[in-house]
Amino acid sequence: MREILELLERDSALSHDTIATMLGLPVEEVSARIAEWEAAGVIRRYKAVVNWEAVDDTIAREKVVAFIDVAVAPARGVGFDDVALRISRFDEVRSVHLVSGGHDLRCTVVGRDIRAVSDFVSQRLSTIDRVQSTATHFVLKTFKRDGDVFAEPEPDHRLRVTP
Amino acid sequence: MKPLNEVISACPPSGIRRFFDIAAEMDDVISLGVGEPDFVTPWRIREAGIYALEHGYTTYTSNAGLPALRMLICSQLQERYAAEYAWDSECLITTGVSEGLDLALRVLLNPGDEVIVPEPCYVAYEPCVAFAGGVAVTVPTRWEDGFAIDVDTVAAAITPRTKAILIGSPANPTGAVQPRAALQALAELAARHDLYLISDEIYDRLTYNGVHTCLGAIPAARERTVVLGGFSKAQAMTGWRVGWICAPQPIAELCVRVHQYTMLCAPHVSQLAAVEALTSANTDVEEMVADYDRRRRVFVKGLRETGLECPEPEGAFYAFPSIRSSGLDSETFAERLLKEQGVAVVPGNVFGPSGEGHVRCSYATALPLLEQAVDRIGDFLRSL
Repeated sequence: MREILELLERDSALSHDTIATMLGLPVEEVSARIAEWEAAGVIRRYKAVVNWEAVDDTIAREKVVAFIDVAVAPARGVGFDDVALRISRFDEVRSVHLVSGGHDLRCTVVGRDIRAVSDFVSQRLSTIDRVQSTATHFVLKTFKRDGDVFAEPEPDHRLRVTP
Repeated sequence: MKPLNEVISACPPSGIRRFFDIAAEMDDVISLGVGEPDFVTPWRIREAGIYALEHGYTTYTSNAGLPALRMLICSQLQERYAAEYAWDSECLITTGVSEGLDLALRVLLNPGDEVIVPEPCYVAYEPCVAFAGGVAVTVPTRWEDGFAIDVDTVAAAITPRTKAILIGSPANPTGAVQPRAALQALAELAARHDLYLISDEIYDRLTYNGVHTCLGAIPAARERTVVLGGFSKAQAMTGWRVGWICAPQPIAELCVRVHQYTMLCAPHVSQLAAVEALTSANTDVEEMVADYDRRRRVFVKGLRETGLECPEPEGAFYAFPSIRSSGLDSETFAERLLKEQGVAVVPGNVFGPSGEGHVRCSYATALPLLEQAVDRIGDFLRSL
């Protein structure tokens, strides 16, 4: 059963039929299980991995990504949770993690340009109660994201017919 | 000019070559004709190779190979298959199973000795027997029996000159895995007639219905068996040219003797990469095997839906469907499929007469390509 999730995590476009064949399971069982996971929120949604840096200029969108470390004063009863959730609710925030190290939260923020991200940090993020400091790291180039290497695939060097 | 070596001159070039030449000329070919993984060697193994080059491991090793690698091979054979070999006296590193096969045959055979070879089999078996001065005596296996080796058929081929039996399981080209009972019967037969056994186990990790049986782990076979293995298939390391022989000490010692004068040693960098493969790349291997298994199921189902009969391949990464329903012989089928639909397969008859009526299809190819290939094979069959 774990394999179904692993296959979908790698390629969400796989049909239930193909998954069933791959794993030697009845297709009804695969479909039922996936429906359960969708209903239970285990499978949150199906997405494509887009390398925007490779898109041609006519449809490319200007986007700036930044990692923002946030120091937060924890509060009795909730710890960091309330602040983390508050930050999470902004659309421009793509991920929020509680981390060990110098800061408490590590967030990924996306904006139209550097100015937009900066404004978001200074106007929205820093002004939240109990946020003590932030450190912003703009992404200059993405080499790998969520297991996908954004480089030319390695060519197939094999001969076409071999023993 | 005096004539060249008559045994080698008499050996026909591989039947695969002709298809390679046609396929190489064509555009838009989906190749199911490749006998090697489509995965590149896992990065951690490549990285270990780079490190070895950077740090100057560019020298010879001992003839038998790096002790660390031999220890790992023997301990994993023990853990995985309960096969016991002493790393320092019964194991040597070769430049792939190809060299291992050559060494084993040269060490076991005197001129004119016969070697029984169940076919269809890997294309190098018969020529290598001949090059070592022996005579290959092929015996058929039948697809109706799942290409299981029939011990009575083998027994019927034994003559006073018979010296050894050479088998490969899991098998190229059939994908057949010999059941343990068949191997046990073969071992007992060999013991009764005092024959050696050469067991090509290059595909040992690529089995899909249960764990591989190492012939060296069968007590009746242990003292008379040469086990050949390597890193080309499971670890996707074909081009590194590294493999191994495990055999009883008197055989292993003579293998090292030939190896020290011919090959000297397997490439040092490749041996270090192989050490990495056995220490840290097990998860990579398991993931690749799981992937082959999924493609196998999709591909075999697809082939069957085109109307071809396809026995379930239990190992390696080949399907060996029957193409008899097409009314064509293997060569014609493969040539027309390639020219008319741009799908390269290998005609079964190049692996022996029992392969006639079949084609070998490698599913070591990306899933979308396999699906396209199945569509094209379906179109081809409908056009006949």
